[in-house]
Amino acid sequence: MKALLKMREVQLALCTVALTILVGTRAPVFVTGASLANLLTDSTLLVMLALTQMLVIVTRGVDLSVASSLALAGMMSALLASRFPELPLPLVMLAAVAIGLLLGLINGYLIGYLDLAPIVVTLGTMSVYRGLVFVLSGGAWVSSHQMPADFIAFPLARLFGVTHLVWIAALTVLAAWFVAKYSRFGRDLYAIGNEPFSARYVGIPIASRLMWTYGLSGAMAGLCGYLWVARYAVAYTEIAYGFEFTVIAACVIGGISIAGGSGTVAGAVLGGLFLAVIGNALPVVKVSPFWQSALTGVVILTAVLINARGGRPIGRQILPLHLNKSNATGSAA
Amino acid sequence: MNKNTTPVLQLTGICKRFAGIVALNNVALSVRAGEVMALIGENGAGKSTLVKTLTGIYRPDEGSIELAGQPIKFASAQDAMRAGVTAVHQETVMFDELTVAENIYVGRQPCKGVSGRIDWIKIEAEAEKLFARLEVNLPVRARVKDLSVAQRHFVEIARALSQDARVVILDEPTASLSQREIHELYRIIGQLRAAGTAIIFITHKFDEIFAVADRYTVLRDGQFIAEGAIADVTESELVALMVGRTVKQAYPKANVIPGEVLLEVKNLCHPTEFDNVSFSLRRGEILGFYGLVGAGRSEVMHAIFGLSPAARGTVRLDGKEICVGCAADAIKHGIAYVPEDRQHQGAHLSLPIMQNITLPILSRVGFFLRGRRAQEIAIARHYAEQLELKAAHLTQNVSELSGGNQQKVVLGKWLATNPKVIILDEPTKGIDIGSKAAVHRFIGELVSKGLSVILVSSELPEVMGLADRIVVMHQGRIEHTYAREDATPENIVAAASGCALPLEECV
Repeated sequence: MKALLKMREVQLALCTVALTILVGTRAPVFVTGASLANLLTDSTLLVMLALTQMLVIVTRGVDLSVASSLALAGMMSALLASRFPELPLPLVMLAAVAIGLLLGLINGYLIGYLDLAPIVVTLGTMSVYRGLVFVLSGGAWVSSHQMPADFIAFPLARLFGVTHLVWIAALTVLAAWFVAKYSRFGRDLYAIGNEPFSARYVGIPIASRLMWTYGLSGAMAGLCGYLWVARYAVAYTEIAYGFEFTVIAACVIGGISIAGGSGTVAGAVLGGLFLAVIGNALPVVKVSPFWQSALTGVVILTAVLINARGGRPIGRQILPLHLNKSNATGSAA
Repeated sequence: MNKNTTPVLQLTGICKRFAGIVALNNVALSVRAGEVMALIGENGAGKSTLVKTLTGIYRPDEGSIELAGQPIKFASAQDAMRAGVTAVHQETVMFDELTVAENIYVGRQPCKGVSGRIDWIKIEAEAEKLFARLEVNLPVRARVKDLSVAQRHFVEIARALSQDARVVILDEPTASLSQREIHELYRIIGQLRAAGTAIIFITHKFDEIFAVADRYTVLRDGQFIAEGAIADVTESELVALMVGRTVKQAYPKANVIPGEVLLEVKNLCHPTEFDNVSFSLRRGEILGFYGLVGAGRSEVMHAIFGLSPAARGTVRLDGKEICVGCAADAIKHGIAYVPEDRQHQGAHLSLPIMQNITLPILSRVGFFLRGRRAQEIAIARHYAEQLELKAAHLTQNVSELSGGNQQKVVLGKWLATNPKVIILDEPTKGIDIGSKAAVHRFIGELVSKGLSVILVSSELPEVMGLADRIVVMHQGRIEHTYAREDATPENIVAAASGCALPLEECV
């Protein structure tokens, strides 16, 4: 029980619940079923993007281009659907994912094979992809009456009383959990993030792993691009502007170490949910919108502080170790 | 123990060059099944390079590797692993955040089912079995970051075992183990040998060689020197083979009679790096610090220079106790430290020569640019000339210079602070012979001007040729201090290995 309470994910979950209840006591409307379901739907895109961002951060990288990739894929899918209304929806969605994947693979190639710094590469592609949104759309909006009805209806349509968005998010959580825990690909990412040099020693193909990690992040951004555009029924040049920082913040709050090598799917999900609760609760308890960004920032800094608190080694171990200390845990004999 | 006549692994004529520097030259090595081969040599003799060649991390420029009589080429580390050659590296290959069991199978986890999911149950069960076989008790679900150094080595050995290795290379596995853990390791080596595994054991310690090895191969300066059975050789013969050169080469030893004690270090301690380090340095003296790589020499120097907040002890300069909390304090008191890692710690590569030299004394030069310019140039020119710096002009970036000239810039920088004591950490590491000689000559000039020098070096001839006294460190402690006339290569190497040869000198 005590060990469970020490786990960061459990602490974060408790925090989220406590925050929700606290806001509920001030504004009971916040904890009604409909409001909570709404909250869940609101959090899905953030959670999904945080999942793939987590994989990227685990490899000691960062993907700043997610929001731009999302915007580009979203805009392209909106343009595609409005030009060719007869195209079946699954094909449009697939196109969005494929576009995102391509954008991500470009990042991944530059980072994995050409060994460039992730922050520089994705900072560059962030501007390039956002610029392409302007070029493609000519700066114009694609508004709801230009898009086919089923294109718009899909994300918020319900299956067994739950929106498609939540279903899709649940599936991606499961998939990400499988990748992170049960696939060689996922485990290799942790190894790379832990010790890049050692990873080479044990024969992990670092370059291709990195390329596909950013590819995944891009593909997820592509999927979310369609969902975002369809959900808000409008595509414009500034879609999800600055959203990459919210995604990274969700990861940091979820305990994913920016230094790489550690982080869990549960952490990413809870980090996303926590930010969604804050985002939805602050207006309900009538905190001025001017304060919301500052408060979110304080939360992120707190999370980083907690992360950094872990013990750092004082120096190299050169003196011979003494038996009693080191073997106490190891040998039962 | 089955002694086959055909070696499991045979290397012939291996050569490896890095940017013109010959690291391995015509090296031969062969090891049979169920045999422990000790690979011996000084620092920089090429042992680690050879291990990296064997495990597919480097590719040899010339020569052949034969595994069980078949010529083989390793394109990658995985190739070598698949062929059954694994190494327990000096710097352990470990992933701190992963569990013990996963560390054993990292990069090649067993999978099952149509989804190809990793079979964690099998991984943990196999890991348990491996540790049972090794008779080591380790929790397989513990994170490696919570393990001790010895336990990490056992995880690595388990990893090697799990691959059904035919050849296991142990690269200085005992460097930071306690006596009992070393015995545990010997027992495991015995087990491997009994199971017919060929073992290459790299170490500096002679007691270990005689305790576990069957045969030996000696390398020196990247060359193959000798091979034979341990039973036919004595410790002093091995030392002679390792050192093997006439040490008193042309080192320009300045004829300076050391004066009174200038720097006195007493009882310097650190929780993990060194313990009870005491020594004194006289005016105009060159004090050599010799030891194996990782013996704690640089760490002691860091502490004296105020870079190691966890260190405790007293440092006296000119008889007055000084308190060095940070590097700026040390510089103020007249201590300068030229670090080992020139590229990262010593020089600012993307700054021009002039600014590199004046960096630590900027506050003396003045705040405003206008007056500073000329003065900076004058200072920089003075030291550049003194050090025979070869550069096109003083505004050239340091990154464009050769290694030797970069080192001269770093030296010039610290001389500009007008130090009383200058600590040189491996000042000639990786620089060409010409620059080396210039640095050596320069060290002589320093002491003849009344400076005191601490020379940390892993090059025995350099230490023996230049130093007035030699402090030998071993595992974070001072093993022995030799006066110049008492120092022989044999007893210094022996002290650095933890066993001073003439036993009565051992404390």
